[in-house]
Amino acid sequence: MKWDWGAVADFMPHFWDGLLVTLQILALGSVISFALGLVWALLMRVPSRWVTWPVGTITEFIRNTPLLVQLFFLFYVMPEWGLTMSALTTGVLGIGLHYSTYTMQVYRAGIEAVPVGQWEAATALNLPVRRTWTAVILPQAIRRVVPALGNYVIAMLKDTPILMAITVLEMLGEAQLFARETFQFTEPLTVIGVAFIVISYLASLALRALERRLVH
Amino acid sequence: MSTDTPETLPNPEKKTTAGGAELIRLEQVTKRFGSNTVLDHLDFSVDAGKHVTLIGPSGSGKTTILRLLMTLLKPDEGTITVDGQKLFPASDKEVREVRKKIGMVFQQFNLFPNMTVLRNITEAPVTVLGMSKDEAVERAKGLLDMVGLADKCDAHPAQLSGGQQQRVAIARALAMQPKVLLLDEVTSALDPELVAGVLDLLRDIARSTDITMLCVTHEMNFARDISDTVLMFDSGRVIESGSPEKIFSEPEHDRTREFLSAVL
Repeated sequence: MKWDWGAVADFMPHFWDGLLVTLQILALGSVISFALGLVWALLMRVPSRWVTWPVGTITEFIRNTPLLVQLFFLFYVMPEWGLTMSALTTGVLGIGLHYSTYTMQVYRAGIEAVPVGQWEAATALNLPVRRTWTAVILPQAIRRVVPALGNYVIAMLKDTPILMAITVLEMLGEAQLFARETFQFTEPLTVIGVAFIVISYLASLALRALERRLVH
Repeated sequence: MSTDTPETLPNPEKKTTAGGAELIRLEQVTKRFGSNTVLDHLDFSVDAGKHVTLIGPSGSGKTTILRLLMTLLKPDEGTITVDGQKLFPASDKEVREVRKKIGMVFQQFNLFPNMTVLRNITEAPVTVLGMSKDEAVERAKGLLDMVGLADKCDAHPAQLSGGQQQRVAIARALAMQPKVLLLDEVTSALDPELVAGVLDLLRDIARSTDITMLCVTHEMNFARDISDTVLMFDSGRVIESGSPEKIFSEPEHDRTREFLSAVL
């Protein structure tokens, strides 16, 4: 087996395309999972079983079934019900939804970690419920969970190649396409492997910087 | 229980009238936590402007009364009336109206750590009372000046000592212009050298305002200084009450004597 810099050069245009797609999935997937996870976590605190039971069941189901199965379902079954989306849109929604069932647990822990005295002070000051959440509880809860949320961003990055299964050409998809056409596997797979490490590392640096800013 | 309705407190039968100024009344209030009865058919009332101190051994139900008044807890039985409005049952709107009249200072301060000192004080006046931001800031600065922390506006609670945090908490409660101030062992969590500053501030407030105070404390000298009435609690009941001179100098009840000799 020989290392061929020529193959690397040939692969690079495809790599950039794949990188862009991977970063899109990661960015949009993170936003969806952060927002939706918070919605789930808040819904689970509504004092009514008519809300908590369906939300709990649905999120439990999503968390405990494989992402790959969910992606196939969204991509191949939903169109039969008249809902057709592009592979990338499906993938982003699928991965965001899947990870929202993890982030909801993170938010839950963060919310429960806010001391009960904070709720009591908000009550004593007569703050409305909504204001208590937005001004007192959530800012403290979210600050606590940034590191845990960050870990899920990195986990999500490593799950982006699963979207290849529904024809999304992210980094691994591009590498495999290139390999199939040229029979050169080593170079494209090595390039994307390095890219994953670099992105993970940069993401963890950014997270640490964010953590430092939040803890004053 | 004749000791529940001493001469210094109005007769519970008396209706609230404009001049009568009965502000708080508890009738037959019972509160249980599991099988533990914390308050046992308790009766007492407080007139507007009076300073009432609740003393007694730990677990005798003193703090529970403050928490019931602040609507942080619900009684199992009995009625609580604040300024003519019955709590439990009451609509959300009625409860919010009552809460506007009551401020509370906690043992653990409970300042909002995500906000500056100034914002801790202005948050509720702006969002609850609808005060303009400028006015709220103006008043907050006045209150910080009063509690001796005018230079700490932009600090966060974590940057302050316990005593400073508690003084901010007092300013925060006063910013809502309550009729009643509930003080729940406000110096118990403080280092000994910081206690005096907070108590001096409360003495000033007691002297210079007409705010009604209900105070749970283990600081007997402070209780003697500010109180119009002292209530001695034991096992969820008021076993003795009266002026501080009477309670501290010639207590009638053995339990009171035992308790005072243990803490004084």
